[in-house]
Amino acid sequence: MITSEITSAARLIKVENGRNARFRVIVLGIALLVLIVLGAIIFTLVDGSMPVFKQLGLSFFTSKEWDPVAGHFGILPAVYGTLVTSFIALIIAVPISFFIAFFLTELCPYRFRATLNAIIELLAGIPSIIYGMWGLFVLAPILADHIQPLLTKWFQHVWLLKDIFAGPPIGIGFLPAALILAIMIIPFITAVMREVFDVVPKTLKEGGYGLGANRWEVTRDIVLPHTKVALTGGVMLGLGRALGETMAVTFMIGNVNTISIGLFDSGNSIASVIANEFAEAHDLHMSALLALGLILFFIAFLVLAVARALIHKVKKS
Amino acid sequence: MATYTMTPFFNFKRKFVNKAVLTLATVISILGMALPFWILFTVIQRGFGSFNWALITQITPPPMAEGGLLNAIVGSFLMVGLAMVIAAPIGIFTGVYLAEYGRESKLASLIRFVNDVLLSAPSIVIGLFVYIIMVVPMHHFSGYAGVVALAIIAVPVMVRTTENMLLLVPDVMREGSLALGSSKRQAILRICLPAAKNGIITGILLALARISGETAPLLFTALNSPYYSTDLSQPIANLPNTIFQFAMSADDGWISLAWAGAALISLYVVIINLVARLVFARNTTGK
Repeated sequence: MITSEITSAARLIKVENGRNARFRVIVLGIALLVLIVLGAIIFTLVDGSMPVFKQLGLSFFTSKEWDPVAGHFGILPAVYGTLVTSFIALIIAVPISFFIAFFLTELCPYRFRATLNAIIELLAGIPSIIYGMWGLFVLAPILADHIQPLLTKWFQHVWLLKDIFAGPPIGIGFLPAALILAIMIIPFITAVMREVFDVVPKTLKEGGYGLGANRWEVTRDIVLPHTKVALTGGVMLGLGRALGETMAVTFMIGNVNTISIGLFDSGNSIASVIANEFAEAHDLHMSALLALGLILFFIAFLVLAVARALIHKVKKS
Repeated sequence: MATYTMTPFFNFKRKFVNKAVLTLATVISILGMALPFWILFTVIQRGFGSFNWALITQITPPPMAEGGLLNAIVGSFLMVGLAMVIAAPIGIFTGVYLAEYGRESKLASLIRFVNDVLLSAPSIVIGLFVYIIMVVPMHHFSGYAGVVALAIIAVPVMVRTTENMLLLVPDVMREGSLALGSSKRQAILRICLPAAKNGIITGILLALARISGETAPLLFTALNSPYYSTDLSQPIANLPNTIFQFAMSADDGWISLAWAGAALISLYVVIINLVARLVFARNTTGK
């Protein structure tokens, strides 16, 4: 009797041990899928871009001409547009994000913080196509009717600036696209900055106040130097978002393959070229678009890796 | 190191600078907070005019005609739903691996890093990838390709939240379960996952909200369609691409339908985000 109970218990344990081992293998197998997907993405994009790399060689990277009909594929205009819009977006978004994060961690009364954080996160959740539509139908007319004429008038006799702020008054182009991008990345940068500010040891700040510093001085002389590296990481994270953003930029940038220093001139970005031309692309044109995708992925990956390393460094210390 | 006590003039200047910066931060924050409301207000204001029965009972019209968004809503619903059915288990079990089996291992940190890469990969690149592996061999765009693209975007979100939520479960609970003679599998399935349930549901909702508005990856996979169809093996109508196509058109009727679609998606995303927040709050305050 007792022995049979023991043997059945032993059998149960054995069965469970088998299940346990199998479960571990299944979970690991599913986790490996993530690696396989990334590997497959890199492989297919590299494989798909090979024809254009082989046929055009270096001129693919150095040519300004992008004319699918004539078989000219130079990616400089798209790369230029991507970098310019993302860079201007950062210039606009970083100080704003900093002030919002500063407000949320230092100034805002405690009972409002959760709600205000939720509102910022709401901004991050709005789909990019909504931003694009809002930009095209709301922001563009405001820019065209009010902002752009002013800028043109102010700077019409100023060297360089008169060219930078020239352009058809339609509220579309590099600067309008950058503005929308800035609005879209503010929540991401703010979130990282807020987290980083919260990690600053209380005693450090108290030390500052003890020396007679006021709130801004504590932030400028203690919090900022202490969090510099991680803040850069947060900014890079925002940059990564801006580089790959497709729909909002496609709505706002004008979709013309030109390089111009005029911020109200129409241009293109890597993502908007892919989105616009994919439907009609064949053969070499398709390969060129895949190569653009690969380059975009590569840039985004580099930016992310640096951002992660920087943020990690500070959180660990 | 700065010196903070100086002549009366410098004290005045310091106070002034401090006040100025604090005011600036407050003003910028208030403007920043107002922005989502401005955007939502515009979308609802312009979209609400087209909220009627036709919107959800009729399919997308040809130019200059009346119609609704029924086919786009149905197509989006099918693709997003199926994508979540695929993505949720993959994401949850990968999260289980990272939190329960691989906290310190090299392989786990590699998977964690690769997951982060996928999480912030431009979604248009995911679309290109699925185009090559599915649309090219099948010779036509299809709803299934759209499903796969959306699932690839949803998985990393699920992995991240599941791992974080499982890490919130105290180790004492795992030890207790193991001490009572359970296997690791039983501890995970009967103790850890139920304890992290609300957090994981939050993750599912956030992933759902994220892929519901994705447009770029569907451009090359599901494409779009002006017809009513539930056949995922063919190109299928979807809300984001319909909004894109209609908003970029010159037809007033199409543009107002685009606003109505934008209002639908925005309200839906906001509501899911609010629900996710409520579920999550219940998890962290201990029911």
